[in-house]
Amino acid sequence: MEEAGSLENEKIEMDCLLEAIFRKYGYDFRSYSRSHVLRRLRRRVEIDGLLSFSELQHRVLYDESCLQRVLQDLSINVTEMFRDPAFYQVIRAEVIPVLRTYPFVRIWHAGCASGEEVYSMAILLKEGGLESRCRLYATDFNEATIEKAKDGIYSLADIRSYTANYQKSGGTGVFSDYYTASYDSAIMNRELKKDIVFAHHNLVTDGEFGEMHLIICRNVLIYFNRDLQKRVVSLFSRSLARGGFLWIGSKESLRYDDPEEAFEPVVENARLYRKRYGTDE
Amino acid sequence: MKRATSDGNGSAGHFPAPSQAAGLVVVGVSAGGLEALKRVLGGLEAGFPLPVVIVQHRRSDSDSLLTRLLSNWSGLPVSEAEEKEPPLAGHAYLAPANYHLLIETDGCFSLTVDEPELFARPSINALFVTASDYWGPRLIAVVLTGANADGSLGVQRVKARGGRVVVQDPGEAEFPVMPSAAIAAIGIGAVDYIARLAEIPGILAHLAVAS
Ligand SMILES: C[S@@+](CC[C@H](N)C(=O)[O-])C[C@H]1O[C@@H](n2cnc3c(N)ncnc32)[C@H](O)[C@@H]1O
Repeated sequence: MEEAGSLENEKIEMDCLLEAIFRKYGYDFRSYSRSHVLRRLRRRVEIDGLLSFSELQHRVLYDESCLQRVLQDLSINVTEMFRDPAFYQVIRAEVIPVLRTYPFVRIWHAGCASGEEVYSMAILLKEGGLESRCRLYATDFNEATIEKAKDGIYSLADIRSYTANYQKSGGTGVFSDYYTASYDSAIMNRELKKDIVFAHHNLVTDGEFGEMHLIICRNVLIYFNRDLQKRVVSLFSRSLARGGFLWIGSKESLRYDDPEEAFEPVVENARLYRKRYGTDE
Repeated sequence: MKRATSDGNGSAGHFPAPSQAAGLVVVGVSAGGLEALKRVLGGLEAGFPLPVVIVQHRRSDSDSLLTRLLSNWSGLPVSEAEEKEPPLAGHAYLAPANYHLLIETDGCFSLTVDEPELFARPSINALFVTASDYWGPRLIAVVLTGANADGSLGVQRVKARGGRVVVQDPGEAEFPVMPSAAIAAIGIGAVDYIARLAEIPGILAHLAVAS
């Protein structure tokens, strides 16, 4: 039987590695889910043929390209268009009509990965009559993935499954009108991009965005420990206008993350919340 | 039995108490799983002393139907595992479709959407490895019917950390590939039990209280 001690050493070495990354490069993974970080770093050590996290730490400190690989490992950029289509129906029914009552609408898409969700939202807004009356701030801490989001080019194979999702989400148009196919890729229409601002933002270390009407942050909080989840939910509360909406991932909840009860559920099952009136910090 | 604590999983290394009593059952199952789970969960009695955590491979868009079916068949309450919740004794949990289910370093559940492993999300290996990190010798891992080799790496890890491994008899399994691969991965001598579905609930009840 393997010594429990080697597992303990592994955790110590992991802490040292995360500390080193933070001190040298400013990326702070110390409050991420430890099982997730452990799993991804073990995979990196195996792929690179290293012996231990300590060896990885040495490389990360002296070779920035190694840091880039580790960043990529720890930021899971997996995403889809109209993921959980039934939830998009809820947004069409509950959120769009409220947004329509504002003269100008500000939406923050935190942890937008390669942009599939942002374009889904842009389509929803267009179909809801909000085109040109809104600004979507799409942010992620991973620069490489933001570049992909800006390009808005996706594989046609993926687009096929997105088309089915779009239809199930209550789409009122023809999905192929929103992109141009070229060889085996689809390029999202320029009109969809004109209301979107892509930017670099780290939820752990950067500050709030003012007076948003809707914040979308799905499948990002699952990577954080409870303490960091709380901090980020409070950041969202501070970034929202009164009555603003928060939409999180289908397996996430605010049960432990909102001790001040800044939010109330709109449709709990759809993980849609609203900042209470009278709450302001 | 030690109950999972939640300290926000911030601080380093807190391990389960050195007691040898089992703390958690993990189950991996793929093709043919519905019938197999019906028999295994159906055979566990209410008040089973451990949490039972299940990865059943399924389509990425499948809904809560499986959970409802299993609830009807089992003496234990069955629900989908929820992010950052501690697994409770006498309760069965299913990994949600399209997410990997991990056991966090404080014993609670953690979900991720990183790439499928061996074409599977949820991945049996991901659950087994992280559960074994936390529970070590106090983990009981069960591999049932399936048409791929997910779980093999997981049982290797479970054995390396001194846990128990129960595998469905491939001769009986609707799809023998997965149980056969698990047996081959650790060697037949290292498997604690190779058993038929009808026997597995009894074995689990025995292992749960044995020390
Ligand atoms: C799994 S993706 C979610 C994508 C999309 N929201 C969805 O649900 O399909 C998680 C994203 O969160 C980003 N992320 C992780 N930590 C972050 C942080 N501290 N600040 C900003 N973004 C972060 C990752 O780079 C990644 O793109």
